[in-house]
Amino acid sequence: MGLFSIGNMIIRSLFNKPATLMYPVIPRVYEEKTRGHINVDIEACVLCGICSKKCPTHAILVDRKKKEWSIARMQCIQCNCCVEYCPVNCLSMANTYTSPSTEKITDAYAKAAPEPAAKPVPEAAAPVMDAAVDVEPTV
Amino acid sequence: MGKRTIIPFGPQHPVLPEPIHLDLVMEDEVVVEAIPSIGFIHRGLEKLVEIKEFTEYVYVAERICGICSFMHGMGYCQSVEHGMNLTIPRRAEYLRTIWAELSRVHSHLLWLGLLADGFGFESLFMHSWRLREKILDIFEATTGGRVIFSVCKIGGVRRDVSNETLQSIIKTLVDMEAEVKELTDVFINDYTVKSRTVGVGVMSLQEAHDLGAVGPMGRASGLVQDMRLLGYAAYDDLDFAPIVETAGDSYARTVVRIREIFQSIDLIKQAVAKIPDGEVSVPVKDVPRAECFERLEQPRGEVIYYTKGIGTKFLERVRVRTPTFANIPPLLHCLKGCDLADVPILILTIDPCISCTER
Repeated sequence: MGLFSIGNMIIRSLFNKPATLMYPVIPRVYEEKTRGHINVDIEACVLCGICSKKCPTHAILVDRKKKEWSIARMQCIQCNCCVEYCPVNCLSMANTYTSPSTEKITDAYAKAAPEPAAKPVPEAAAPVMDAAVDVEPTV
Repeated sequence: MGKRTIIPFGPQHPVLPEPIHLDLVMEDEVVVEAIPSIGFIHRGLEKLVEIKEFTEYVYVAERICGICSFMHGMGYCQSVEHGMNLTIPRRAEYLRTIWAELSRVHSHLLWLGLLADGFGFESLFMHSWRLREKILDIFEATTGGRVIFSVCKIGGVRRDVSNETLQSIIKTLVDMEAEVKELTDVFINDYTVKSRTVGVGVMSLQEAHDLGAVGPMGRASGLVQDMRLLGYAAYDDLDFAPIVETAGDSYARTVVRIREIFQSIDLIKQAVAKIPDGEVSVPVKDVPRAECFERLEQPRGEVIYYTKGIGTKFLERVRVRTPTFANIPPLLHCLKGCDLADVPILILTIDPCISCTER
């Protein structure tokens, strides 16, 4: 039975440092595993679309014609599902959050337009067909 | 006998983090009857199972509640796994147990803070939540999320935790234990706290049984009921006994939850000592074809998960009976005859989670 049993705690916290961080002056240190936001290495991406199919909130959109990979940042729930299913490991989970915003951001990443020697895998079928069409009139 | 008046309580009220509405029929300062109405936060999550694949629905199940999110995901996964006769690796079961018990510690610390806030003891509220923060940090380090973990999946867990990390968790908990003891002693011994809780909202054992009280609400009245005794996950390997008090008042409910914090810490220590090495998940190649019931002990009491598979990727039905829903009739019983000033404390002592109740 006490009348001021929290006294010790209060006196200690009076002389100790605050339990909270002086954010943003002192930046928050995130854990290694923190699920912050999805990063994509677009040049390694083969635009297979598995991430888009597996995304529970349909936040990821893969446009093969435009060779574009886009993610609706506000729709993403950072569940790590796409990272687990990506066959070429071009997706990764960064441990920092995206900056706050008043608008619903969609980040789009397009593959580089000029096609050097390294051709993306799904595109392999299409040029062949085009070539076949081109070849036909000449024959 | 005074004139009867009706005071609407909620859905927006400083003591309620979530919306529930009560019509309090008053005679002077005394509550004669309380008429509840829910339906302010219904989201139709059970219906979503028809358009989400059974593996994806874990993410929805986790979002039923923000406090016991892990145990909702775990309940759903266990129910589907049992329906599919899927045996998950033992390490995954242990990890699930550890996360579930950590969830219990964080939920009870959160509740203690809310209770302190309910009777206006702001310092106590702040200190409870300061300690809870350490548990959230453990969650972030092990799962990547502070509230929604997304680690449970059908067939096991998505992330392994190294044995060194588990040892560091134990160290954090041992360091924390003394501080939690100091904090909870205030709830148990302080004169001002006791004046608000002792003898308020008394419910006898028979009433608790008849009204179907679950969790700490029932155990505070002497009802020996703890779903962990069923031995799901790794609980069959762990040594514990349900914590029971007999007084049945708000003070007894506080004491039950406080003792459960220390019990959970002990269970985590046992689990870390016994955790085997090995895989943490098995591949799922089949689809659910059976219906299955699963009962789990959440911080608020017993939750029942029912899933019905029909041999497709989509389950036909998921039904969740949450502890707060079961505890509303006991609450209404406790409210009868109490003072108006005690209503907020009584509502808090069932640890209401309205998001769970309405889904």
